[in-house]
Amino acid sequence: MARTTAFKLSAFYLLIFALFSGIILGYIAWNTRRLLDAQITETIETEINALAEQYRQGGLRRLVAVIERRGRQSGSFLYLLVDGRGDAMTGNAILRVPVQSVSPGWGEIRYNWPDEAEEVARLAKVRTFILPSGLRLFVGRDLEEQDRLRVTIRRARGLSLLLVVLMGGFGAWFVTRRVLSRVEGVATTSAAIMAGNLAERLPVTNTNDEFDRLALHLNAMLDRIGELMTGLRDLSDNVAHDLRTPLTRLRNGAEDALRKAETLEDAKTALERAIEESDNLLRIFDALQMIARAESGNLATSLKPQKLEEIVSSLAELYEPLAEEAGLAFQTKLGTGLVANANRELIGQALSNLIDNALKYGLNPEGGGSLSITAEKSGGQIRIAVADRGKGIPEDKRQAVVERFVRLDASRAKPGLGLGLSLVAAIARLHGGELRLEDNAPGLKAVLVLPEAGGSAGRSLASGPALPEKEA
Amino acid sequence: MKILVVEDDSEAGRYLARALNEAGHVADLAADGETGLEMALAGTYDVLVVDRMLPKRDGLSLIMALRAEQRTTPVLILSALGQVDDRVLGLRAGGDDYLTKPYAFTECLARVEALARRQNPQSAQLTYKVGDLVLDRLAHRVSRAGEDIPLQPREFRLLEYLMRHAGQVVTRTMLLENVWDYHFDPQTNVIDVHVSRLRGKIERKGQATLLHTIRGAGYMIRDPGR
Repeated sequence: MARTTAFKLSAFYLLIFALFSGIILGYIAWNTRRLLDAQITETIETEINALAEQYRQGGLRRLVAVIERRGRQSGSFLYLLVDGRGDAMTGNAILRVPVQSVSPGWGEIRYNWPDEAEEVARLAKVRTFILPSGLRLFVGRDLEEQDRLRVTIRRARGLSLLLVVLMGGFGAWFVTRRVLSRVEGVATTSAAIMAGNLAERLPVTNTNDEFDRLALHLNAMLDRIGELMTGLRDLSDNVAHDLRTPLTRLRNGAEDALRKAETLEDAKTALERAIEESDNLLRIFDALQMIARAESGNLATSLKPQKLEEIVSSLAELYEPLAEEAGLAFQTKLGTGLVANANRELIGQALSNLIDNALKYGLNPEGGGSLSITAEKSGGQIRIAVADRGKGIPEDKRQAVVERFVRLDASRAKPGLGLGLSLVAAIARLHGGELRLEDNAPGLKAVLVLPEAGGSAGRSLASGPALPEKEA
Repeated sequence: MKILVVEDDSEAGRYLARALNEAGHVADLAADGETGLEMALAGTYDVLVVDRMLPKRDGLSLIMALRAEQRTTPVLILSALGQVDDRVLGLRAGGDDYLTKPYAFTECLARVEALARRQNPQSAQLTYKVGDLVLDRLAHRVSRAGEDIPLQPREFRLLEYLMRHAGQVVTRTMLLENVWDYHFDPQTNVIDVHVSRLRGKIERKGQATLLHTIRGAGYMIRDPGR
């Protein structure tokens, strides 16, 4: 394929090159001829002026004498003077046309020198005059010299064209080969990657040309694909692991009930537990699907300018009774005009997860505690913080809890999927922001940082993937 | 109540139809979109339950065709696609409510009954009465046995929704959707706390219980005299 492209490209450039060279050479030839022609015309003009001078001074007799004298010189002009009947009075040439019919002015006429055979018809440029006495005077110059020059030029043109084609062909071949060899490099590397060597990267020559930019972009793309692949592999491992546990519980419970349940009541209880267990599994799937959707950037089109303080306050209002019931002092402090491009549903879900976490883990071991929700903006960013006074998360574990299925509570005594924070992080990334886990000394402060709509921070807040502006 | 279930998965469809029959409704079953549309246009159904992905004609196109024929029969869309944007698409196509698969049957039943009630003109009354509890939508006032009960705006909307669906089961997700306008799964008993607070305000000592908890399903407000 590359070879045929190389051939086509070379042929195409060569054709264009040859065409232009041909045009230029043709123009030069045409110009040369025009110049030669002008030169001949000028010499004839000069000769005629000289003859006219002689004629004025000495009349017809003087003219005839001059013509006879000059006609005998070698390499001379062509002269012919004929009378009214067409008989030659003097001159050094025989015209091969009926002299009477030649009209005055410029023309190209065939002729012979008197000592030559009739077949040798020479060509001359001739100017014809009719003198006042009815005589016709022909003065001309042989064109053989010009013809020879014309042939030389034509031959030179053919040679130059051949040279041009050869040089152009070599140049085109050289350039396309160079260019295509880099394309070939991309193709070879891609083939290696397709064959399974995902660590392979395209060569970059550091010349910072188009090919380098292409290679850099493709490499960045491969890096991103690699990350996603790793993420996917980790995820499927985790899914396999974490679904195994509830599925096994479900299966064992059913088996147990089948073996032991004696009353209808026992069987019903077992079935209820089975339903609960499967609901839990379905919730895991939902959460995973949601994370995947948020991470793929598909939902980016659903982002519209929203007043975040309204979303936060509606969630605070939703959760306040629950927090009080749990014995937490509940506080909210919301700024105003916190507008961001957001999906209300997803931000609501994210905050609900954070508040849920605070309710679950934010209780002070000595009893009591507090849950505070704040929302404020600064420097083009909107920070929504959910802070508790619980045990918090040790600094070295903060990265881990954001990953899927990670739960610090090793006993897993509290209900939960271990997906909450990863969903929040995915939602934050979708919005061009991030989730920051900070020390509330004591306790955890989970901060959702989002770029303010129209703010300078824009989409570049997170180093995450640039979200494509997709169609709805 | 006459219900048409359009569902291509025969097991799921038969299960849903049987359960609806057991709940005292008459349920017909159509296995593909074309048949479903014909039956919906020919019959007089109170509610349609339509799966989104159907052979021959997908659920959304069925609903749009139905609406093009000026049929206003309420439609509950069932779908395995539960995300925000899918819900919006479904409702924009002319669906009235959206339920994500898998669902608890009680949830589905509650929604079907709520949809049928919505068709009923008396649902948009200015005042609701359940026993001696009266809610005045215009004056934003609630009273029981003639005594005013002050409620927070959200509590008022919660009670309003429950009373509009008096005698029907209202699930927790229905409350979260209709009173708070959020469609996610809160995973905790947030709604329960709000309902129990409301209950504390509308039911004093010695007064009859109006707001009942229906185990495994949700809540129902009911006139004790009936």
